[in-house]
Amino acid sequence: MSDIPPATPEAAPSPAAARRAGGAPAAVRHGLTILLPAVAVFAVAPRIYPNGALLFAMMTFLVLAQGINVIFGFTGYLPFGYVGFFGTGAYAASLALLRLHLAWPLAMLAGAVAAALLALLLMPLLRLSGAYFAIASLAAAEAMYQLVSNPALVPITNGPYGLSLQAVYDGPVSYGAMVGVLALTLAILIYLRTSRFGLALQAIRDDPASAATAGVDVVRSRALAWLLSALMAGLAGGVYAWHVSVFYPDTVFDLSFTVFAIVFVLFGGPATILGPLFGTLALYGLYDAIGISTPQYFQFIYGLLIVVLVLFLPEGLVSLLRRRGIRVP
Amino acid sequence: MSREAILQVRDLVKRFSGFPALDGLSLAVGEGEVLGLVGPNGSGKTTAINVISGLIRPDGGSVQVGGRSASGLAAHQLARLGVNRTYQVPRPFVGLTVRQNVEVAAHYGGRGHAEADVDEVLAFVGLEGEADRPAGSLNSAQQKMLDLARALAARPRLLLVDELGAGLGPADLETVRARLAALAQRGVALVVVEHLMNFLASLTDRVVVMNAGRAIFEGDLTAAARDPQVVQVFLGG
Repeated sequence: MSDIPPATPEAAPSPAAARRAGGAPAAVRHGLTILLPAVAVFAVAPRIYPNGALLFAMMTFLVLAQGINVIFGFTGYLPFGYVGFFGTGAYAASLALLRLHLAWPLAMLAGAVAAALLALLLMPLLRLSGAYFAIASLAAAEAMYQLVSNPALVPITNGPYGLSLQAVYDGPVSYGAMVGVLALTLAILIYLRTSRFGLALQAIRDDPASAATAGVDVVRSRALAWLLSALMAGLAGGVYAWHVSVFYPDTVFDLSFTVFAIVFVLFGGPATILGPLFGTLALYGLYDAIGISTPQYFQFIYGLLIVVLVLFLPEGLVSLLRRRGIRVP
Repeated sequence: MSREAILQVRDLVKRFSGFPALDGLSLAVGEGEVLGLVGPNGSGKTTAINVISGLIRPDGGSVQVGGRSASGLAAHQLARLGVNRTYQVPRPFVGLTVRQNVEVAAHYGGRGHAEADVDEVLAFVGLEGEADRPAGSLNSAQQKMLDLARALAARPRLLLVDELGAGLGPADLETVRARLAALAQRGVALVVVEHLMNFLASLTDRVVVMNAGRAIFEGDLTAAARDPQVVQVFLGG
């Protein structure tokens, strides 16, 4: 046994401290091997592949899945009402475009800010855990939906009749904006995957009391994760609204956004960068291939997948690699 | 060795729906001192540790750490002040590797000084060979050591040890005893909750016997065993 216990104030830092689970070199590596290729593919794909709507929807789900990854995969809070931030972002950005005539980057920012404000308002929900949090966040999203679609608010939100952004529609630029949002999202995930803050969030997920004992400010850290994930959904919602340009409250507050994104995360593997990325590409691809033409088969496969995943692969597909000792970023 | 009081607890009160789990507990621990905390089940030992480490707020009384008031501080603030603990049932971050478990504490729990050396901490508790394993795959004795490693990575001045020895075999027990003694040697103040009397006798300088949320005896363990009130609490009658 070492006769110099480490618990002394005079213990010096060592070079080993530099060799920790990530740090700057890993972040750069992930940037070059994950972020850059993903962004390049989506930026170039419309020139080669004609179905821009699919590409755009895929990016939207990639962002949503990673947003859920931040608050669920890393921090352990399952937000069934996550779509509330998406819808709020969609409406805030659209109203900023239509009523305030803001330039599009500012309008998209307004969408993100509105979602973050909603997250701030809902902060007390983080005191709940497990199913209670999931249900309370769902109720909050439903409340947001009822508020926006309320006929009394027709002069502002146009109530249940939806909004049309056709006057300010710009297909290529809004597509490009979503590529930008995707890049930002992946950058955030790379940061979480390689930083001590990401480890702190996972510590909170595994055991909040131990995390506090280890010196992690649990309340502040999980609040940051919550805001970050709301921000991502708000941005995605704003750009989505602008790109589809005609939408109704039940389009952008549709619960299936949340459900899809959660399943994509679970399928690929929470708390990784690649898991949700792969989960979205595979399952949304499947949805696009058969979900619209023969929805009954899709729903059957989908339901089966959820059951099998929960029973046999609760840590997603990446856990198959992890069991073989392969570290998945 | 100087015996500056690291921890000073006065008249600590904690009620759970009216039931007084702590009912005016007072105790003090000096630098490098090992204080044993004993008492029958339900006498408030773990509650005392939970309150001192900031996991639950006291309803009354005061806690001072290094002469500064620490009453009502949150656990992470206390960790940064140099108060840390292990848990009766180990509570590792199961999704992280052993090394990452310790890294979190080294980074966030450090007291603004240089961070503890994770490898050194792991070597000290004998987990250097398990560094890259998921913490969830450790056996329970190893998880106890990981709890200790995490606490040490935050460089505590005061370490609260809640039944670290329970469930360990004789060989492991001796290793743990030696490790805790080495920590005390380096000036860390220790509060050790334990039911194993031989373990306590060989480790502690002094014991506080608790009953019904307060201290009923303070002194060395042999004297405690002769104290009529202590005997009555443990054996009834």
